[in-house]
Amino acid sequence: MYKIVNKRALNSTVTLMEVEAPHIAKKAKAGQFIIFRVDEQGERVPLTIADYDREKGTVTIIFQIVGASTKLLNDLNVGDSILDFVGPLGVPTHVDPDVKRVCVIGGGVGNAIAYPQAKALHNAGLQVDMIAGFRSKDIVILEEEMKAVTDHLYIMTDDGSYGEKGLVTNKLQELIDVGNQYDLVIAIGPVIMMKFVAATTKPHNIKTLVSLNPIMVDGTGMCGGCRVKVGGKMKFACVDGPDFDGHEVDFDELMHRNTFYKEQEGQAREHVCHLTGGKRHG
Amino acid sequence: MANMALKKVPMPEQAPDVRNKNFAEVAEGYTAEMAMEEASRCLGCKHKPCVSGCPVNVHIPEFIAKVAAGDFAGAYQEIALTNALPAVCGRVCPQETQCEGKCVRGIKGEPVGIGRLERFVADWQMHNGDSKVEKPAGNGHKVAIVGAGPAGLTCAGDLAKMGYQVTVYEALHAAGGVLIYGIPEFRLPKDIVAAEVGKLEQMGVEIKTDWIIGRVESIDELFEQGYEAVFIGSGAGLPSFMGIPGEDLLGVYSANEYLTRINLMKAYKEGYDTPIARSKAVAVIGGGNVAMDAARCAKRMGAEQVYIVYRRSMEELPARAEEVHHAMEEGIVFKLLNNPTRIIGDENGRVQAMECVEMELGEPDASGRRRPIVKEGSEFTMEVDTVIMSIGTSPNPLIRSTTPGLEANKHGCLIAQENGATTKEGVYAGGDAVTGAATVILAMGAGKTAAEAIDEYIKSKE
Repeated sequence: MYKIVNKRALNSTVTLMEVEAPHIAKKAKAGQFIIFRVDEQGERVPLTIADYDREKGTVTIIFQIVGASTKLLNDLNVGDSILDFVGPLGVPTHVDPDVKRVCVIGGGVGNAIAYPQAKALHNAGLQVDMIAGFRSKDIVILEEEMKAVTDHLYIMTDDGSYGEKGLVTNKLQELIDVGNQYDLVIAIGPVIMMKFVAATTKPHNIKTLVSLNPIMVDGTGMCGGCRVKVGGKMKFACVDGPDFDGHEVDFDELMHRNTFYKEQEGQAREHVCHLTGGKRHG
Repeated sequence: MANMALKKVPMPEQAPDVRNKNFAEVAEGYTAEMAMEEASRCLGCKHKPCVSGCPVNVHIPEFIAKVAAGDFAGAYQEIALTNALPAVCGRVCPQETQCEGKCVRGIKGEPVGIGRLERFVADWQMHNGDSKVEKPAGNGHKVAIVGAGPAGLTCAGDLAKMGYQVTVYEALHAAGGVLIYGIPEFRLPKDIVAAEVGKLEQMGVEIKTDWIIGRVESIDELFEQGYEAVFIGSGAGLPSFMGIPGEDLLGVYSANEYLTRINLMKAYKEGYDTPIARSKAVAVIGGGNVAMDAARCAKRMGAEQVYIVYRRSMEELPARAEEVHHAMEEGIVFKLLNNPTRIIGDENGRVQAMECVEMELGEPDASGRRRPIVKEGSEFTMEVDTVIMSIGTSPNPLIRSTTPGLEANKHGCLIAQENGATTKEGVYAGGDAVTGAATVILAMGAGKTAAEAIDEYIKSKE
């Protein structure tokens, strides 16, 4: 059992949780993920590690309440425990030593993962710009934190209710056009966003890393559910990723495969939300 | 005088058209009377050919003699001397190619039902026997085991019996490996696996689930923590796919994923959140035990049509004879000498059909089996909405890539000697991580052999 030691709502649908898992905190690195299972009947759900504290022995996760599993997780409070919490999984983000200037791009809850990447690069002495995209003002998260670890922070909203109106790719294109020379772009967010970031950087030949979130069951290199096509070859996100070269990823296939259980997930969510009021037992 | 009946005492089973709709165990097990009657078919051969066919050297004629005499507790003690998981072996071993394949009674008639008797004894012990397991006196040495599957659990049990303090690290949330994520409930009930694991824990074996060796700790770090030897039984690894068009369509699974969703994640049970395809027509590609398990699960999940598509003939089919027999009884259709060439999707990218070609057998290939050759112009299409690939696996790269000095062959399988010793001192390995996908009992045999080698290695350092 893994105890929740801190919980904070970042907005109405995004929650931060700090979980006691000293053995994971000891080894976790940016870009890796954990798998949680709330209770015996729950699914195994992968989440990228948002932060870790080696001394306190805690791992921070930030998740959006999108389905039955994240709803059940969100119903737990400080002092409660998660049944299973396993990691660190996947290959840590690899940044070449000759990279000097980076643009980190986050979309929605993906900013929760883009932020620690920006922080790590900033702390390593790199020049970091960040473009953080949100649907609207009320779901903006981690603004102060992101500002503190970046040379420039650009907030974009779809509806213009905060920051600048537009997509992250509009801002990226603009920054490239005015002559910013990035050695690396890191994009973390919805697949469609990562696809268009990669399409934006490709003509300029800017190396682009994306963090993929395919369907996964065990997450340890056994089930093969997380297979993605990268450079025309089959890769497994759990052991070969989750970071991949954005110019090589078949994003359309990934988006398509991620829809497989949409209907059943909807039913499970309905079940958890309405029939049981969020609790599994009564 | 031995019972000279030519046939085994029949195993009580759920009727095929009943059991193919539920996940309860197919074979219901012998009663005490049936077991004693079957045991009396054993001739008690002095040269014990059956034992030579057993990877863990179960004292077969000895335990059977005790069953025949009605001394079931004594029979259990006899089996437990060499086999840490008898309730499992009695159910899933390919006896026809092992102990029973060597049985003298099999020359004329059916061999003695050794597997059924082993199962009976293990089940009897579980229900009637003294469930308390003595914790052996410690010898002060620590061994770490990576992976709580058949190889790791067997190695752990044998080392614990010798007095070693054993910790088993398991990546999944439950111990058992393929016994819990792969082999279905109807062939191996999970409470039996849990009971066997519980016995190991009573012997003092510590099992740490949710623990990824290679990430949380490297093998070298385990040595730094005071373990004097490490056994790697990390299993078969990632599933292979055919590389044909359409494998990215919705409705294409690896057998590993399909079985994990159903067995480990209990997609068949009411109240569990695990999603799974609600299939009507399923093609399982491959002819091994895993393919049989996937096909029989698909039938139980409600599929109307389930096919095994295998590129060779019935003769080469590698699955255990009983599984093939049970699958056929349950209405699984065997499309032999057929090979998929393409999976076809509908407008939503879901599987709609599969194109196959017919095959014929040519000259024997490197595996000694006759090589299947495509019959030109034999393309045909099967209407299916789910395709399950069960054509093998390749080892997980995690441990070999994080352990300097640990070498693997070109397929990624760890290189190990006969006794399990790898290319790194103090590190032993066995099971599918070494051999590639094989059977539970071979993995157990490897775990057993490695336990002896580890004992010798640690003693030699003193």
